Order: sequence, then C-alpha cells, then structure tokens
Amino acid sequence: MTAAPRPTFQGYRRPDGRVGVRNHLLVVPTVICSSVVAERIAAALAPIGTALPHTAGCGQLGPDMHTTHETLAAYCGHANVGAVLVIALGCEQVVAQHLADAARRAGKPAHIVAIQSEGGTVRATARGIEIARALVAELEQASRETCDISELILSVKCGGSDYTSGLASNPALGRVADRLVDLGGAAVLGEIAEIMGAEHLLAARAPNPDTARRLIKVINRVETDAMALGLDIRGTQPSPGNIRGGLTTIEEKSLGATHKGGERTPLADVVGYSAPITRKGLTVMDTPGLDVESVTGMVGGGAQVVVFTTGLGTPTGNPIAPVIKITGNARTADAMHDNIDLDVSGVLDDKETLEAAAGRLFAEVLAVASGRDAAAERLGHREFAIHRRNPTI
Amino acid sequence: MNPVIVISERDNVATALEALDAGQAIAGTVPFLVSEPIPRGHKVAMRAIPAGASVVKYGNPIGIATREIPPGAHVHTHNVASARGRGDLPKSDPAADAPRLAEPPADRGNP
Repeated sequence: MTAAPRPTFQGYRRPDGRVGVRNHLLVVPTVICSSVVAERIAAALAPIGTALPHTAGCGQLGPDMHTTHETLAAYCGHANVGAVLVIALGCEQVVAQHLADAARRAGKPAHIVAIQSEGGTVRATARGIEIARALVAELEQASRETCDISELILSVKCGGSDYTSGLASNPALGRVADRLVDLGGAAVLGEIAEIMGAEHLLAARAPNPDTARRLIKVINRVETDAMALGLDIRGTQPSPGNIRGGLTTIEEKSLGATHKGGERTPLADVVGYSAPITRKGLTVMDTPGLDVESVTGMVGGGAQVVVFTTGLGTPTGNPIAPVIKITGNARTADAMHDNIDLDVSGVLDDKETLEAAAGRLFAEVLAVASGRDAAAERLGHREFAIHRRNPTI
Repeated sequence: MNPVIVISERDNVATALEALDAGQAIAGTVPFLVSEPIPRGHKVAMRAIPAGASVVKYGNPIGIATREIPPGAHVHTHNVASARGRGDLPKSDPAADAPRLAEPPADRGNP
C-alpha cells in the first residue's frame, strides 16, 4: 500500500526560493502624501497592479517609524508580489531606496518614482504608469508550478464574531491549521487582546518555558496598555456587535477565537508586528484586534493566504493576499452571500460534521492558493492599515 | 435539533441555537426550565450561579456573576462582569470584587 499523495497547490516559485500564490505588481507609496498617485497608477494596471495606500510614513518617531518601514519593506519582499514600484514624495521619513532594496533582495525588479523630482502629480502618474506597464508585461511571463503544501503560511483570523464563531467556523479553521502543520506548513494567529482569557490553553502548547513566557508577556502588555486608559475593555472587547450576537466578555470571545489556531498544534514562536514568520507550526503575532491592522501585519509576516471566520459578516480583504471568508451563521451566509466563500452553518444543525466542514475549507484553501479568486478579491476589497501605538508628531 | 448546545460538562451555561421562550423545558443531562426569553446565540443558566461565582463556558471561566443568577435565566452583560482589562476599577480593587461593579454602558445599537 502506498502513502496518500501529499496535498499540493499551483504557486509562483520566486528567485529567493519562497512560493507566492499571487503575482502582483505592488505600487507602494512611501508616505500618505504619495498614496493617491500610487493608487491611480495601480488602478490603471488592476487587478495585477495593487497599491498600498496608507496614512503613515512621516511625523512618526521611534517604534512607529520602524513598524511603518518594516511593514512596507515586508510587502515589497513578499512572495505574492512579483515586481515593485515605489512612489515617493521626496521629503518624507520613509526611505524609498530601503523599500526597493527589500524587493531586489528577494530577486524581483523594483523602480522608484518621486513626485517632487518628477515634477508633480500628472508627470509622476504618467511616468509611473509607463514603468508599471513594462513590469506587468514581465510578470505576465511567469507561470505557476506544483508546490508542496508545506510552503504555505496560513493566517487565521476572525472578525464580526458571534456565538457561531466559537462553535462552528473557528473550530473548523482550527482543524485546517492542525492539518496544515501536520503536513509541515505554518499558521499565524494575531489579535493579542482576543487571546486574553484563553492564554493558558495556548501557553500549555509551548514546547519550552521561554515561548510560553513570551506569549504571556505580550498579553500582559496589551492588557496593561488597555487598563492604562482607565476604562473597561468591554467598550471594545467584545464589540457592541459581538455583544448583540451573544458574546458577554472578552474571556468568552477569546475562548471561542483561539480555536482557530488549532487544538493541538505546538506554539512554535511569538513575533512582533509584521515580523517574519520563520518557524513551522503555530506563530502568535503581536497585532491588535482591529481586523485590517491585524491582517496587514500577518500578511507582512509572510502569510500568503488568510482564512477569516465571521459570524456577523465583514468584507475585509488585503492588497496582496486572498482573504477567504467562512461563516457558521446561515443568515449571514445568505444575507452577505457576495462576501462569503464558505458556509459551515450545517455544523450547528447536525447537517455536517466539523471534520467534513474542515475538509471543504482545506480544499478551498488549496483552490484559492492555486489561483481561484476569493470573494474579497472579486469585490476589490484591498484594505490595508499599518498598526501604530504612538502619537503622530 | 436540540434548541441549546452545551460545550463542556464543566459548563454552567448553555447557548441557545434558536430563540427560547419563558417556560420552555430543556432536556439533557441537566434539564431546566427557561425563565425568560433568550435571544438566539445568547446564554441561559443551567443551574443557579451565586453572585461572585464564575460563569463557565468551553469548560473555562468567562466572567463573574455580578448577582445571583437563577436556573433558566438569561446570562449576559447585565449579570456577568469580565475579570480582564478592567482599567475602570480602582487599583486596590481586585477584579474578583465584581459584584460591586456598576452596570456596563448600554449598547447604543449602531447598525
């Protein structure tokens, strides 16, 4: 008897050895001031062209400036990106060359257009579109090849949660995460506030005391930061919509949310926002609970695919990674069918087992990784937001 | 289909999979009578939970009862406080003193 064939997907093998599931031309503004020009250039080459409009890049000191720089650089080097065009203003803090270098280190072409030296919006946009057209022509030569499942880093995420999230969609996703890790892949879980109350379950899966200590340390920091505001975290965790949906406390939300990181996968690592995910197994990333900031950070860390569970329904996408939506709420699957990729509500009325739902989700991940558009991509959802913790100066 | 789901045998609350009516009898290992309407997705007490005791779901504490919760009652923000992220409490006041908490602000019902 021969072993079952290993699951594979069709991906883009990059010069640095990593594998992408999309082949985007990324148009990156260094600063908020060049965001509109970057968006116009990307729109002219959509959907291969995609921009990273953001509100940072200047007026930031210390850790926030570092996070902005490193997040933008991480997207430039990301395996889902085939070529990079950096749109600078000229006087900002973020260094355009640093972003272009991140792309070139990963073996991909990168160019810079600066609005001040190009002579204004009209000239910079025209010059950018000209370069972008040439880069897209190059990208269109690339082809997909068969890649092993172990090349995948899967971001697991939930948002707009209700009582169905902890009972159906998160446990189904957790089983996919466990299976992926069994096969040599990696998963990343963010949203530190939504581990609060369930950290003992994750810490128990750490292979050594140091990893467990780093998890507890980051959770304590987030709880201390929240408490320093002198308020009850229940104003935001759970959110008003979560509370209407039946979730009473952050502990309850966390216990349901943490299921999506698997039931047995070892806790391999704890990393900072947008930092590279280098270990197989489950990595916890220090991201806030705000959906778009959280997805932005986990994709920055290297996740090529995001699976996002929702109870109430939400449209969030990402500029370079497919975001697959699954729900355990039959009403949401119907009412927001354009946003939802997979309905697992059958788990709650005994029409489907969790194992069967997880099997469908696993197949969906492989199909989307191989090129099928997720609903968020079809709808043009490309939300992007870099986390910041300090004031703008 | 059972109208409620109990996740762990350690739990003292069940989750309503459909809206429950006052007087409805719930079968199971811990049978009880629903004492007030419970919206779909919300929790109902399976047994009495004394003020100050833990409310348990997923086999783990999810908060502290701020008043005695009789069997069959709705269990939500009006009678359960979180023990985490409580920057509103005086530093000297351990979260375990939750029964003395004020009601949380009402949901403003944003669409």
